[in-house]
Amino acid sequence: MDPTPSTAADSTAMESSRDRTPLGALGVAERTQADATPVEERDVVFDCQQVGVRYSGTRALRDVDLKIHSNAVTALIGPSGCGKSTFLRCLNRMNDLIPGAAVDGQIFYHGEELYQPQVDAIEVRKRIGMVFQKPNPFPKSIYDNIAFGPRVLGMKKDLDERIEQTLRRAALWDEVKDRLKEGALGLSGGQQQRLCIARALAVEPDVILMDEPCSALDPISTSAIEDLMLSLTNDYTVVIVTHNMQQAARVADMTAFFSVDQGETGTRCGVLIEVDRTERIFTNPAHERTEAYVTGRFG
Amino acid sequence: MQATHPSSAPGGRPRLAATSRRLGERAIIGTLALAAGISVLVTVGIVIALLVPSIEFFAEISPAEFFGTATWAPLFEPPAFGVIPLIVGTLSTTLWACLICLPLGLGTAIYLSEYARPRVRQTVKPILEVLAGIPTVVLGYFALTVLTPTLRTLGWEVEIFNAFSAGVIIGVLLLPTVASLSEDAMTAVPRSLREGSFGLGANRFQVSTRVVVPAAISGIIASFVLAVSRAIGETTIVLLAAGQLARTSFWPGDSVMTMTAFIAGTGSGDVPTGSIEYKTIFAVGLTLFVITLILNIISIRLVRRFREVYE
Repeated sequence: MDPTPSTAADSTAMESSRDRTPLGALGVAERTQADATPVEERDVVFDCQQVGVRYSGTRALRDVDLKIHSNAVTALIGPSGCGKSTFLRCLNRMNDLIPGAAVDGQIFYHGEELYQPQVDAIEVRKRIGMVFQKPNPFPKSIYDNIAFGPRVLGMKKDLDERIEQTLRRAALWDEVKDRLKEGALGLSGGQQQRLCIARALAVEPDVILMDEPCSALDPISTSAIEDLMLSLTNDYTVVIVTHNMQQAARVADMTAFFSVDQGETGTRCGVLIEVDRTERIFTNPAHERTEAYVTGRFG
Repeated sequence: MQATHPSSAPGGRPRLAATSRRLGERAIIGTLALAAGISVLVTVGIVIALLVPSIEFFAEISPAEFFGTATWAPLFEPPAFGVIPLIVGTLSTTLWACLICLPLGLGTAIYLSEYARPRVRQTVKPILEVLAGIPTVVLGYFALTVLTPTLRTLGWEVEIFNAFSAGVIIGVLLLPTVASLSEDAMTAVPRSLREGSFGLGANRFQVSTRVVVPAAISGIIASFVLAVSRAIGETTIVLLAAGQLARTSFWPGDSVMTMTAFIAGTGSGDVPTGSIEYKTIFAVGLTLFVITLILNIISIRLVRRFREVYE
């Protein structure tokens, strides 16, 4: 499905995505401060050491060592079943909700181990928001969707103002300002997904995790959400799972390539092959398997 | 054109005409329509059977006396036909039944759907369904011979026949219905909505009460409506445990006669066909039917207004 990105074309695509700034028009500052320091030298938000996941005893992912840096977009790419979504769900303890899921290894979030017993998963998810593959607005009004997070977390002061700011931040305000009390399910798919991003932003998280946020959307909505992701890195750390390599090339500062290891008994287990700056992953990967994937020789 | 693409086979039948195999399909459609038609006809028949003697009744007794006075003694001399005590008796037992089965049923449903581990759910649900299968006559005697004496032992001077015992046991009878239907409605709410709210830092209780219950509200209200209708219509338990004393009292410890208890009790006695006593049974039955119908209409309206439709 993904055409082979030629080296030259790819890097121009990346340049142009950086230059595309409808953000200025939205009153969002451009990516100046964040761009100044190289990604690898920014603060480490997640330091993952030997992370693995088992579902009811079956290993789905093993030995992931990965650092995720602040104010950048990190993309997780790889073939189906490579554990990239599973890994993403470890970062805000979403796997806790799946009966039989067990996470091993250690994930340090700003130096604090996420899976130590004293850590409360709810506290984790307040700081690490999530956007899902399929837009999942609540069957409530647009207003109540955004207000949900602040309400459950007791951030009820200046709620109207917070909702307006959040919707502006998600580039949705102009489209919905006259129908805030209408049902969110009346929005288009792309609008719904931006609403879900706005909903995640409303609780002022530190990190936004996105699990294939554009896979159910048309190209125009996808482009709007990619612009949004780029603008978010001023204030947030973004981790995105995508099966679309061009998308990773367009939005990500860092890219991690996951793949599947076939065990001798026929079991399949996800592994991290390499992580690097996006341009290096796509132009000069260190591993043969990465190269095979990004050039389309392996699906 | 006609030569190369003949539109008809020899004999004038269009080539695309249905073959005889479609007869089977017609028969199936006919059978299904008949099945639907029979249930409609039966309903209409019941309404007519209720209406005709009721109209004759209201020709003799004015609706003003029937609905406007509070003395019920149709079998005595002089007879009195004020239905208010029966309505109050019904509302009283129904109230206690609802106070038991609605909150406990919803609580059970939330627990089973949102909190219980799969193994607990697989154990508790069948037990609940066994509870729903206990014959009402057994529950009626349980109310009369176990619950009422227990209440008295605990120091509450209830009458031997009382609205409270009967109502509570009706509530127990209906609890599995409410729990099971509500749980089904809540389980049907997509996991993505739960994950969306967990992802915002909501705790399990907030997810249950602010996302899952609103999304499942039409199913939950439907289970409530069914429970209320069945509580109003429940006969055996009230006949055995609530008594036969028609009086206008909401006090839970008092003996009351419900509309259903009157119908069943009088109908099993020796009332001559066509007499005013006989027609009274139908008038009360029609009242019961209309009350239940109005409740159903109100609750359907409520559901339409408040439900949150998810995809």
